[in-house]
Amino acid sequence: MQPLKRITSRTVVIASTDIDTDQIIPARFLTTTTKEGLGKQLFADWRYQEDGAPKREFALNRAEAGGAQILVAGRNFGCGSSREHAAWALLDYGFRAVISTEIADIFRGNALKNGFLPIVVDEATAQWLLQHPGAELDIDLEALRLTLPTGASIAFGIEPFARHCLLNGLDEFGYLRSKLPEIARFEAARS
Amino acid sequence: MTARTLFDKVWSAHEVVAETRDTPAVLYVDLHLVHEVTTPQAFSMLKAHGLPVRRPDRTLATMDHSTPTQSAQVFGSVPIKVDAAAKQVRQMEQNAAEFGIELFGMHDARRGIVHIIGPELGLTQPGMTIVCGDSHTSTHGAFGALAFGIGTTEVGHVFATQALLQRKPKSLAINIEGRLQPGVTAKDLILAIIGQIGVSGGTGHVLEYRGSAVRALSMHERMTVCNMSIEAGARAGMIAPDEVTFEYLRGKPRAPRAKDWEAAEARWRTFGSDPGAQFDASVDVHAEHVEPMITYGTNPGMVMPIGAAIPDKKGDEVFDKAMRYMGFHGGEGMLGKPVNVVFIGSCTNGRLEDLQAAARILKGRKVAPGVHLLIVPGSQQIKRQAEASGLADIFQAAGADWRESGCSMCLGMNGDTVSAGEYSVSTSNRNFEGRQGKGARTLLASPLTAAASAVKGSIADPRELL
Repeated sequence: MQPLKRITSRTVVIASTDIDTDQIIPARFLTTTTKEGLGKQLFADWRYQEDGAPKREFALNRAEAGGAQILVAGRNFGCGSSREHAAWALLDYGFRAVISTEIADIFRGNALKNGFLPIVVDEATAQWLLQHPGAELDIDLEALRLTLPTGASIAFGIEPFARHCLLNGLDEFGYLRSKLPEIARFEAARS
Repeated sequence: MTARTLFDKVWSAHEVVAETRDTPAVLYVDLHLVHEVTTPQAFSMLKAHGLPVRRPDRTLATMDHSTPTQSAQVFGSVPIKVDAAAKQVRQMEQNAAEFGIELFGMHDARRGIVHIIGPELGLTQPGMTIVCGDSHTSTHGAFGALAFGIGTTEVGHVFATQALLQRKPKSLAINIEGRLQPGVTAKDLILAIIGQIGVSGGTGHVLEYRGSAVRALSMHERMTVCNMSIEAGARAGMIAPDEVTFEYLRGKPRAPRAKDWEAAEARWRTFGSDPGAQFDASVDVHAEHVEPMITYGTNPGMVMPIGAAIPDKKGDEVFDKAMRYMGFHGGEGMLGKPVNVVFIGSCTNGRLEDLQAAARILKGRKVAPGVHLLIVPGSQQIKRQAEASGLADIFQAAGADWRESGCSMCLGMNGDTVSAGEYSVSTSNRNFEGRQGKGARTLLASPLTAAASAVKGSIADPRELL
């Protein structure tokens, strides 16, 4: 994995609360056997009309959304199904981070394992972000600070081990495999 | 020694390496359940690293999510209708063979929904850690196991190491006192709990359902309750094992036998929260106040007693969006609203007892004209039991569509879908937009309410037909 230290980008806002992983990637696309190419199906049912044409009013279809790497969403983003396809679809589309007041547990874990930052902020910051789509943000994973165009700098938290892995481009799997001797001893002690 | 919760006990018994400020715990996994949808990329990861599945003996695979429920497609006289699903099924077969994993394939009499077959086989046991690439893994918590859904990367981690990196969640006690009223089911109870604490009320927590109402529940009812823990955002849901649990497991094909049983039962008895054990938070629920419940919106927290009026939150953006999607209005009642489809099945309500409940309503009655009642047993074993005990005859005489087992219309991956704009009363677990098919409108309810609505052709209170 590439080290991830900083994301500087404009935002796209999808203000709905409780955005579930069925919306992020509907189940009919889960028949894939790879991780690639899910970006075009991201938010498919909110993004496209029946005939496949983009719905003009949806945030991702506006011209100013092009190239944005940060998604700002309402409370409880990523709830529902454990499908990691949700994180893969967001990444494949080009997003690198989501900011919300609350992010569902399984999605958060899946996101971090793929180098996608789930960032939880306080209500006031979230409100500002929701009201300012397209704001240019700086996310500094090293300093754990989010800087708004107003100059305001907000601290955020990321699970320390995941942060360490992301900053150094390490895979959590390598660490887990290094614990195989302990795992074998645990098994031996139990049997 | 300090008093510990059930969750504390199961967690600490599986901690290979304890967590520190800088590193998560290494948590041992006793049982890894596998299905065709969330594993292909994990097998690819093993291949890329040249690694085997470390403990095939702790791994069991089935096929449920994308599999057809039409007998001709299952048993081969007709090809699987959905091409991509057929490919996924074949890939599961290849991967299971290549990595030496036991697979209950398409024609296997033991095949079924992954969360139905674990308990059915007696593989799901108290005090275990159980994971699966599926959020409804919480179902197995009904046995006092710590069971939770994981993503595909973690599926790969478990394949390769039989362990996971995990931070310990907090604990939330759901204290449920009193008795459920006649016509009110475990499904209504869990919907009421989600309505009370909200769809993120359990985030970051493992729930323990406790109290006299929980002790009075059968195993299938406990599974229904624990199954939907994830719908409150919880990491897992657990119920302490007791005589009901042991009675259920006794004699199951893969439960311990003879001497082993005695030792296992003695150990299982230690998995309960100690008196005075501290939870990080707690909630009180009164079982006798729970009514038959139905959802009116687009997440399971948008739920109300079936005879009530939809709360009027006009002006609330999320509420308004849900009402537009559902074609409902705040302030109106739900009873008598027409339905197009009724689905009875899923890991929430696809067990034999759920089918028996539906049959209580359907016996000697007919499905209303124009309504499609789809009944999908949770496993092939349940299908056989339902056929041997006459339930299937009752369903078919009523005009229901009786199928092979699978997840089916809970998520519509296999082509069993609800059409855009149609209303579906469903015993499944999620009423998200498009969950049962693009544009489908899902109303979650119990098997009793679903069956009553199928008979009436409109949303109905099952107590009128019991």
